[in-house]
Amino acid sequence: MKKIINDPAAVVAESLRGLAAAHADLVRVAYDPDHVVRADAPVADKVAVISGGGSGHEPLHTGFVGAGMLDAAVPGPVFTSPTPDAVQAAISATTGQPGALLVVKNYTGDVLNFETAAELAAAEDLDVRSVVIDDDVAVADSTFTAGRRGVGGTVLLEKLVGAAAARGDGLDAVETLARRVVGQVRSIGVALSPPTVPHAGEPSFDLGEGEIEFGIGIHGEPGRERIPAESADALVERMVAAVVEDLPFGEGDDVLLFTNSMGGTPPMETYLAHGIAERLLADRGIRVTRRLVGPYITSLEMQGISLTLLRMDDELTELWDAPVHTPSLRWGV
Amino acid sequence: MGCNAERVAEVLRAGGATVAEHKAELIELDRAIGDADHGENLDRGFAAVLTALDGGLPETPGAVLKVAATTLISKVGGAAGPLYGTAFLRAATKLGDASELDAAAVAAGLRAALDGVVARGKAEVGDATMVDALAPAVDAAERAQSDGGDPAAVLAAAADAAKEGADSTVPLTARKGRASYLGERSVGHADPGATSTALLLRAFAESAR
Repeated sequence: MKKIINDPAAVVAESLRGLAAAHADLVRVAYDPDHVVRADAPVADKVAVISGGGSGHEPLHTGFVGAGMLDAAVPGPVFTSPTPDAVQAAISATTGQPGALLVVKNYTGDVLNFETAAELAAAEDLDVRSVVIDDDVAVADSTFTAGRRGVGGTVLLEKLVGAAAARGDGLDAVETLARRVVGQVRSIGVALSPPTVPHAGEPSFDLGEGEIEFGIGIHGEPGRERIPAESADALVERMVAAVVEDLPFGEGDDVLLFTNSMGGTPPMETYLAHGIAERLLADRGIRVTRRLVGPYITSLEMQGISLTLLRMDDELTELWDAPVHTPSLRWGV
Repeated sequence: MGCNAERVAEVLRAGGATVAEHKAELIELDRAIGDADHGENLDRGFAAVLTALDGGLPETPGAVLKVAATTLISKVGGAAGPLYGTAFLRAATKLGDASELDAAAVAAGLRAALDGVVARGKAEVGDATMVDALAPAVDAAERAQSDGGDPAAVLAAAADAAKEGADSTVPLTARKGRASYLGERSVGHADPGATSTALLLRAFAESAR
């Protein structure tokens, strides 16, 4: 293992120190328990939007703290959920009478720790609700598993509910919007190489030179199937088909297309894949009206990409275009 | 004779000792079907519980369990932290301000713990989780109590049933937690959470004798 680290146990805190130094105008970082809040928190008379989860997926979630997106992010250890006391600290630092919405990716540990935090907050008379995102189409049968995982759709969800809270929507409206977005966003991911978790020191899985893990999650856990490496055209077609057929998306739909690098895939290949996906969607009569391309939800240095499609309408388009001012997503300001 | 706060703290210390002793075994079980952190996380959590109790013993058994609950919730992480934390928290709430526990209170505390774990984790018997150990343990505890057993007998019955329940997870396909993504590949492995539940109840029972 060759990484730019000191002590594996200190990776998260040391990385947060860098984030704080780089973006002191936007965020404030607190340690032990670790949480990142907007520099101007708490914002009066506004629903707080809070998310978090294991570290190693940056810029998710800490890079999305700021005006128009998250009020707070709670980073856990690498690939491990934060504990409820850390989530509680983030709630206390940001949440007032309008309440808070917790955006939770559907992993057992995240769901349990965030729901426990919400229950503890309720005991203090704060109105804190949670919405679970499960956009990963790779998990086929959610009746017999912990359910579909939360992946790329999380980035879009955080932007949209953050914009709704910023324009003054109440907690009921923000929660309703969040559930609507969860209902119409779908993703699929692939891996070409495994990530190496610092405290493990070994790659999370073995993948042969000629193999691709299709339907990967963001922690190096297994995907839907292992396939022989193939051309970008064939691979992206396989990905687009999996996502489009799931919702399903159909002719005449307006969509946001999010092509994400898992960390190790360079921009050149990410844009290459994005171009193919745009063409394949056009072939199906699906109109791409908004785009996001780049490394926004990663799995350390894993090579791979994910594709996320969100069905758009006028309200979602307006919320997507609204100003956002965070370390890693910034427009309209 | 009932169980006061000091006895409950002793029982928890025995639990911490057993987790430390079986840490490597729990890590190995979790490496096979999960992310290999169960033994480490639980050991860190119980060590913190013992430290908290060393710092000052609360007055009632319920208050002792509440210290264990809040400590486990903040120190364990993963799925086990909130699940074990909720179990102890619900038991503590059920016991209220009682200064001593009789057999009925022990059985009722165990039932409240199970209800909390089921409410939080939404698992049923047969999903290959800690519920497979805890549910039969609670049934056995209630039978022992209605047969006239003392608190130690109630815990002993629970421990025996929990061990059987943990062993019963070996041929099961996991349907909750990270192991569920493996589908049938989880067959042939004891569930780490069910195993740690059985180990803890065994330690509690032996300490209460």
